[in-house]
Amino acid sequence: MFTQLLAYHFVHNALWAGAVVAIVSGAIGVFVVARGMSFAVHAISELGFTGAAGALVLGLDPVIGILGGSLLVGLVLGLLSLRGRERDSAIGAVLAFGLGFGVLFISLYQGYATEALNLLFGSIVAVSDTQLRNLAIVGAVVLLGLAVLYRPLFFSSVDPEIAAARGVPIRALSVAIFLLLALTTAEAIQIVGVLLVLTLVITPAAAAQRLTGRPALALLLSVAIALVSTEGGILLSLEKSWPTSFFIATISFAFYAAARFYDWNRSRQRRLISSPPRRTWAVR
Amino acid sequence: MSVVKVDDLALRFGDRTLFEGLGFELERGELLAVLGPNGTGKTSLVRILLGLLQPSAGSVVVDGCPPHESCHRIGYVPQQRIFDRDVVLRGRDLVRLGLDGHRWGFGRFHSEDRVRVDAALAEVGAEAYADAPIGRLSGGEQQRLRVAQALVADPVLILADEPLLSLDLAHQRGVVDLLDARRESAGTPVVFVTHDINPVLHTVDRVLYLAPEHWAIGSPDEVLTSATLSRLYGTDVDVLNVRGRIVVVGTPDDQHVHHVENGH
Repeated sequence: MFTQLLAYHFVHNALWAGAVVAIVSGAIGVFVVARGMSFAVHAISELGFTGAAGALVLGLDPVIGILGGSLLVGLVLGLLSLRGRERDSAIGAVLAFGLGFGVLFISLYQGYATEALNLLFGSIVAVSDTQLRNLAIVGAVVLLGLAVLYRPLFFSSVDPEIAAARGVPIRALSVAIFLLLALTTAEAIQIVGVLLVLTLVITPAAAAQRLTGRPALALLLSVAIALVSTEGGILLSLEKSWPTSFFIATISFAFYAAARFYDWNRSRQRRLISSPPRRTWAVR
Repeated sequence: MSVVKVDDLALRFGDRTLFEGLGFELERGELLAVLGPNGTGKTSLVRILLGLLQPSAGSVVVDGCPPHESCHRIGYVPQQRIFDRDVVLRGRDLVRLGLDGHRWGFGRFHSEDRVRVDAALAEVGAEAYADAPIGRLSGGEQQRLRVAQALVADPVLILADEPLLSLDLAHQRGVVDLLDARRESAGTPVVFVTHDINPVLHTVDRVLYLAPEHWAIGSPDEVLTSATLSRLYGTDVDVLNVRGRIVVVGTPDDQHVHHVENGH
């Protein structure tokens, strides 16, 4: 059955689209996880949904709406450049406000309900040649942006205080990463849907973080995990005709669980080897 | 030749004046300790020197140019802030960021850079744990790596802002000795902000004491006296020397400079 399906053009398009989105999501995920931006990813993707719903009401291409919605939120959150609890609550407030509009737009939309459902849960099988080309262009922009910003972005993500002292433009980088994240999210929505963007942007990077302490290797591992999850998910959904997003989310979570187990097991063994003999006298 | 020139510096937030008329010069090879209670502008002074904060008045020149133009390298050792356990970063990577983290792109890691990173790691004695994830190291080990990060770019000036906070005595001495060694070998001046003079007392050249209203600068023998501090605070303050350790008693908030019990 696989070999038959692999002859179809739409299958090729789906696999290529999946590859583009996986590479971009896996790469940016490393920075997103280092900066603790998971909640922001979720907010950006849900407001991408609002944008898409708005576009549907106006009779526009929903992809335009996704891009508009996520870029707007990305810009706002990046400019606010918040940290810690304040960021958490601000994102929550913005997210809820935007989703309210999403609900309104969907109720106003007179078209097919499947269109809205596809937005939420993804639909990879119907990627046209034009869509694939657009995905590749946006993906190339994000990768280029990450490559140019790599060192200062990494510096400001893991060690913001010293980075600022060394003259790294913290605020500008915050805006930049949010905009790149918005582009990535807009891409991922088209593959896995609004509700499952995290499965490509967060889960692979979170798994990679558990496997290595080397920044460059973590980036490669994250991209690899995202790729295997996406392509594996697409192939399995062709075989079994269950939703693609389900398979992608399950495979990437399996990597995450395995990585956590690996990490736990490794530190347990290290403890067993290096635990010093118990002292019987007071040290202090 | 003076590396730092601070002239008639003032810092105000609203109608609150932290300091004004502050002036001093720092020569090569000098170690200046900045002392004083909380809220008198010690950290703000560091941020001004780093170019992160604009003073209300006055001028600062570091190695011939104003700090905000960041045309020079300042090695900065911050208060200890423990890294996340899971952060993807090795000690070696942290030190490398001090060398080229502010440059664009991926950057090729030239062998000369690797040599410099290795040398900085060796200078602080961190070779053994340089390749371990930094979040899993002890606070003292992390702080040593911070010192290596500050030293790796051959800074013209070292700014250390409470670098000993929450370190045990052995690691406190370790960090002070590392900064002192670089000062000896390369003549790099050090500004050392601390609430407790004793860990650096043996190596300090001059003390800048920032009190709520006034400030004083001079050798420890001049500044850390009952007369000077009483004048700064406008009340009777006693400076005692207890077995080589300086203890200040009677400041209005009476908790800052004196640290009789050390290491908790």
